[in-house]
Amino acid sequence: MSRVDHAEASSRFIEAKDHADFHDQRLWDLRGKRDTESRKLPEWEALRMLASQIKEHTLSHLADYLEEFERNAKANGIVVHWARDAAEHNETVYRILQQHGATTLVKSKSMLTDECEMRPYLARRGVEIIETDLGERIQQLDDEPPSHIVVPAVHKLRADVAEVFARHIGTDPGNHDVPYLAESQRRHTRPYYLKAQAAMTGANFAVAETGSFVVCTNEGNADLGANIAPLHIASIGIEKLIPKLEHLGVFVRMLSRSALGSPITQITSHFRAPRPGTELHVVLVDNGRSERLGMADFWRSLKCIRCGACMNTCPVYRRSGGLSYGSTYSGPIGVIIDPTFDLRKYSSLPFASTLNGSCTMVCPVKIDIHAQIMKWREVIAQRHQLPMVKREAMRLAGKVLASPRLYRAAVEAAAAGIDHLPRTLLYNPFNAWGRQREVPAAPALTFRQWYLKHRGGKP
Amino acid sequence: MKVGLFIPCYVDAFFPEVGIATLQLLERLGCEVHYPLEQTCCGQPMANSGCHADAAGAEALFVRNFAEFDHIVAPSGSCVHHVRDHLTAIEQTPDVLAVRTRTVELVTFLHDGLGVREFPWAEFPHKVALHIGCATLRSLHAASTSEVAGLEFNKPARLLQAVKGLELVPLRRPDECCGFGGTFSVFEEPVSAKMGQDKVQDQLDAGAQYVVTPDMSCAMHQQGCAKRLGAPLKYLHIAQVLNGARA
Repeated sequence: MSRVDHAEASSRFIEAKDHADFHDQRLWDLRGKRDTESRKLPEWEALRMLASQIKEHTLSHLADYLEEFERNAKANGIVVHWARDAAEHNETVYRILQQHGATTLVKSKSMLTDECEMRPYLARRGVEIIETDLGERIQQLDDEPPSHIVVPAVHKLRADVAEVFARHIGTDPGNHDVPYLAESQRRHTRPYYLKAQAAMTGANFAVAETGSFVVCTNEGNADLGANIAPLHIASIGIEKLIPKLEHLGVFVRMLSRSALGSPITQITSHFRAPRPGTELHVVLVDNGRSERLGMADFWRSLKCIRCGACMNTCPVYRRSGGLSYGSTYSGPIGVIIDPTFDLRKYSSLPFASTLNGSCTMVCPVKIDIHAQIMKWREVIAQRHQLPMVKREAMRLAGKVLASPRLYRAAVEAAAAGIDHLPRTLLYNPFNAWGRQREVPAAPALTFRQWYLKHRGGKP
Repeated sequence: MKVGLFIPCYVDAFFPEVGIATLQLLERLGCEVHYPLEQTCCGQPMANSGCHADAAGAEALFVRNFAEFDHIVAPSGSCVHHVRDHLTAIEQTPDVLAVRTRTVELVTFLHDGLGVREFPWAEFPHKVALHIGCATLRSLHAASTSEVAGLEFNKPARLLQAVKGLELVPLRRPDECCGFGGTFSVFEEPVSAKMGQDKVQDQLDAGAQYVVTPDMSCAMHQQGCAKRLGAPLKYLHIAQVLNGARA
């Protein structure tokens, strides 16, 4: 796999100024709504602490809670499958579909199925898949992955959506009216709900005590799918467990407030058992999670409830777009989990951060995101995955800065260089600083030289 | 009070006036200030790039230079954040740990350490936007942040309020990162520059004439963007204003 070049991809994103500015403002607005909503709950910070503790407890007893969930789910009549990795997940889903003769699948949002690259796998085997979430459907029709884990098409303007729909579902390309576009998609999708032999959902939470799982949505598409088709398959990452139903309130109160700044999602559905005459299957997926759980510096990333608050607040994400990360998971949370999938491919991502720390402070489950980003940089350097130019620059900088003599020579030469180089030489293609910025004017004396001159210290 | 003055490499090389203002201000406030002549850098650039081993030499030198001081003060939050929270490439001897906990960012030292609230010599009759670097803000807690509800406080603003004639103008996104980020500014140049341009626009829209900051590295980047954009903004370190700079 070739390395993701985040800087290069972000450059293309920023070139489309209207899109870039809209994207930044749209997500900043979500961050602002999150601030307003969270401030309405005086116990917000206590909730964050509680949520973090519940997740850390669950993750450190995960095997027990998974077995409890399986026992209780089976007792409810759910068929439970285990998948070690993406391949096993996809094979399991395909096998279930085959057993039911299902060739059309209506699917609601699930980052996990994207992570497993399930859609192309099933498509190659003749299964027709319809994403029913509006944003996911836009992205599916445009043959792009979601750019945000909550608002998948947030990088598109209305006109872009009109263009995609005109191309694929026959809408008027000149009509950019949002209700028109949404209604057109709804009308286009409705027949598939009736036709599909199977529905698929993800899950936001799986409750060990009850063997049930919870799906939080805003469009009703997950429920429409799951309540019409004779077969419902839910793919669930093993980190989605919580011990008891009474814990759910802690997370539900924070999920949508963190994500969109709304008090709660429009629909919070509890799935406990198959409807009479139908089947309900759950696929519990590991796909690297157990390995991550064993990483002392990174296991806390498994607390994530996929609200996207870290993405909304991230100034780098807002100005580079989710697709620039070249991965299912983008933004700060992506930066800390993507390298667990492929260190080399995603080795540039931990450097796509200014370490400003805003992500950590909005995270509803208190993941120390920016500290983990910093830690990944160290791992990447240790595993020799830094670009040569950065590696050598740091080796040299380390030598110079460890020696007062070399340091003074370098500082004085830098000042002279800035002063004496002609502008055309100073602002060359190799000077990334100077592409869109002036370099500071060189002073007549460094501070040290001034100090020696005016305070008479001995050099 | 005896103070060891740490002047970070980029201040030494590009902003000597910030070092001078810091020195003079501390002396004015009654400190006995020493500037160890063999100092270079705290090791942050290497450590932030993941190259901890390469930071060890600079870190060891830093500790040697400052081990004798009870108070080590620097006019730069991110460097202080590195020393306090990330200076870990060398063995953590009692000397190293002592230097780390004794290193303090200038505003924190003035506000909490010396408890100064009056700067009778300072007058700055201009509209000022305050920029607090992210390390100073979210790691050293110089102010409350927009992410967390609760008691609101702002130490740099509190100090600047004592300056005659100075008017702080509010930004739309007061604690959004400006995009400097050390080597980020070069290796992620497109996003870094875009963030800097957006920051400059926010400052312009607020009607600011000056931007005042405890973090000159952020200002170096913002000033670079502003100059290229032709924006009539001037950037000063808070030490300069508190020391009586008029413009």
